[in-house]
Amino acid sequence: MTLRTTLAAGVAALALGAGMASAQALVYCSEGSPEGFDPALYTAGTTFDASSHPIYNRLTEFKTGTTEVIPGLAESWEVSDDGKTVTFKLRAGVKFHSNDQFTPTRDFNADDVIFSFDRQGNPENPYNQVSGGTWEYYGGMSMPDLVESIEKVDDLTVVFNLTRPEAPFIANMAMDFASIVSKEYADAMLEAGTPEMLNQAPIGTGPFIFQAYQKDAVIRYLRNDDYWDGPAASEALIFAITPDASVRYQKVQAGECHVMAYPNPADVEAMKADENIVVMEQEGLNVGYLAYNTQMAPYDNANVRRALNMAIDKQAIIDVVFQGSGQIAKNPIPPTMWSYNNDIVDDPYDPEAAKKMLEEEGVTDLKMKIWAMPVQRPYNPNARRMAELMQEDFGKIGVEVEIVSYEWGEYLERSKALDRDGAILLGWTGDNGDPDNFLAVLLGCDAVGASNRAQWCHEPFNDLVQKAKVLPTQAERTPLYEEAQVIFKEQAPWATIAHSVVYMPMRPEVEGYVVHPLGGHIFTRVGLSK
Amino acid sequence: MLKYLASRLLTFIPTFIGVTLISFSFIRALPGDPIVVMAGERGLSEERYAELVKQFGFDRPVYVQFWEYLTGVLQGDLGNSFVTKKPVWDEFFALFPATLELSICAMIFAVALGLPAGVIAAVNRGKFFDRALMSTALVGYSMPIFWWALLLIIVFSGNLGWTPVSGRIDLVYYFPNATGFMLIDSLVSGQKGAFASAVRHLILPTIVLGTIPLAVIARQTRSAMLEVLGEDYIRTARAKGMPPGRINGIHALRNALIPVVTVIGLSVGTLLAGAILTETIFSWPGIGKWMVDSIFRRDYPVVQGGLLLIAVMVMIVNLTVDVLYGVINPKIRKR
Repeated sequence: MTLRTTLAAGVAALALGAGMASAQALVYCSEGSPEGFDPALYTAGTTFDASSHPIYNRLTEFKTGTTEVIPGLAESWEVSDDGKTVTFKLRAGVKFHSNDQFTPTRDFNADDVIFSFDRQGNPENPYNQVSGGTWEYYGGMSMPDLVESIEKVDDLTVVFNLTRPEAPFIANMAMDFASIVSKEYADAMLEAGTPEMLNQAPIGTGPFIFQAYQKDAVIRYLRNDDYWDGPAASEALIFAITPDASVRYQKVQAGECHVMAYPNPADVEAMKADENIVVMEQEGLNVGYLAYNTQMAPYDNANVRRALNMAIDKQAIIDVVFQGSGQIAKNPIPPTMWSYNNDIVDDPYDPEAAKKMLEEEGVTDLKMKIWAMPVQRPYNPNARRMAELMQEDFGKIGVEVEIVSYEWGEYLERSKALDRDGAILLGWTGDNGDPDNFLAVLLGCDAVGASNRAQWCHEPFNDLVQKAKVLPTQAERTPLYEEAQVIFKEQAPWATIAHSVVYMPMRPEVEGYVVHPLGGHIFTRVGLSK
Repeated sequence: MLKYLASRLLTFIPTFIGVTLISFSFIRALPGDPIVVMAGERGLSEERYAELVKQFGFDRPVYVQFWEYLTGVLQGDLGNSFVTKKPVWDEFFALFPATLELSICAMIFAVALGLPAGVIAAVNRGKFFDRALMSTALVGYSMPIFWWALLLIIVFSGNLGWTPVSGRIDLVYYFPNATGFMLIDSLVSGQKGAFASAVRHLILPTIVLGTIPLAVIARQTRSAMLEVLGEDYIRTARAKGMPPGRINGIHALRNALIPVVTVIGLSVGTLLAGAILTETIFSWPGIGKWMVDSIFRRDYPVVQGGLLLIAVMVMIVNLTVDVLYGVINPKIRKR
């Protein structure tokens, strides 16, 4: 059965793709296969690049290249005075894509919005269990507690009733998990007994129409000429899945790809010198940190934590671990994020002063553990090496370090323990461009024993962050976050290490590419010069 | 012959059950909870965790899980991937033709070059050609695959531009995967230049994957030939005045082939292992990379199902090798 449907899809796609060879196709060398094409089911950036960005839209969108929230499938929205009711006015005349099994009979409307969220939050919805749905992001962004109900007022008006005011909600609606899928398509597939097609043969409203996918090889898209925001710049978009970074580099050089993801940091200098390659760069929306366990002595003393922070030679880490593709972090949020407090002065690198400070606090012969992640992440390309450098730094002030590591799942699980022994290397990549997504999620009192790996609950800090969360405007929230960063620096629950720098190598003929701070690769307005 | 085949087939049953058990326990013996790995840094609530444990069936005793898996396997159901949610069976057979095509080409390359090289080296024992050939074989055998692959890519694709960097075919060609074998599909598609493009894409991966088996086959052929060439019947043949080509090519080679065929059979396992690196570097959509990714993600159904299917493939190859012994040496099948 499955083989037959695959074949049928292939033949239909062939008919669609006639003349492909002559079409202007943009080829992107991506780093891996998507897990599927329904963004609400997954959390990986690789999956979002292939699904939510080309195929779907959301009620609100992030303006490419910024974390600014702009209208998407919702033309406008209104938040009630108590902050608990959000009314979205939907865009009229938006068309869903079609494929060989489905042709939409109506335009996008409120039913699609309600279905897109109901399937994630309501266990009674027939799609809740389809494809082994785990809806990690929906849960991770606290949507089940936050959304009380979603109501359709008319075809083009939807109301979200919230249990509490929450300023980041509008930005959450622009996240990948909030992509709007077609209810009509979902119903048709359910009736046909193939509900998994929603994930395998996606239908959206986005700039590109999904054409074909061959695992670990290639994904093909065609331009959606009916796109509500005007047709995309390229007639076709092709993802050439190329897992090895050196090979991606060779492919761009040979002209087999126009744009590539994630170069080896060591190759960037050579790429910049190559006239066949243009390298764009931007700070990533992430932070890599070392979190002390602030509930265990002597790390419950802020002076001890600050002394240790002063012993870390961050520049050496940037040079050795990031090979230049990072910048020193002084705040827990990245510099591209609004409310970043640039007035804050980072702890100086001063082992002498650090040693003296430790002695003053009566800490001698300290032995500590540093946890090093077993995996490579954007905010920390080599945690083991980073831990070794810190071991050396701390050795200089008489602190003996033992490096420990566990398998990734174990690492995440064990590091949550309140009595965890030692400081842990970890990090975070922003989801919605909102400071709350860093400050509350990683440092709030509610997150102790979970994502707050410093186990740090400091009332003055927490109050500011909670207060800022319910204020309606960015202007009102900014000063509170700025002050929270000052408290963070004084209290030093973490040593903030680095923000990575994202490099995007591409051919000189590529036009219109913008590096997106939220980490996605977006090709709607990217074309090739003649 | 039939009786011989039947007895060989009977040994399949315990091996099959053993492999099922080992593949099932192997992935579970690794530390790491698939649900936690799936959630990543973001974590998930205890309630949600409990729900997922139930959904994946981890709340039941391990022997019950194994029994369900085994009965599923016997009915041809290997379960669905935790990650892609697709049936393991479908994923395997979508990717396996790519691995098979590459492995067959690599094996043809290795045998076509390794066998004559070994024979020539043996006949010219101790001479320059023999020494040069055997040192080259040693280098080939010891070379790290990823380094060799990148070297070839940089020279032939980057500097000279003779071969494409990676992939199975130029992206301008697009046709349905009727068989999954790109050489066949591109021929059938009738698109001009598609077959040539598929061949060009196969050259470097074939060389890289075939290098180690080539070295092993050349060395094995040489030593087997040397042994046979010292036998009495060869001396007799020479004394009779038989032409050297006939002596070496027919009488000696046929008897030297038994250990060589064994090595070729064993190389199939090596090929599958080498395919993991080769496939990753050349962006070749086969089962090697699929398995490695799944191990990291603790995707139990894929790892246990994939291992089982690979084991069955290796068992079939070994059976074929056993049958080939019988063809080469009739004494074996009468035993």
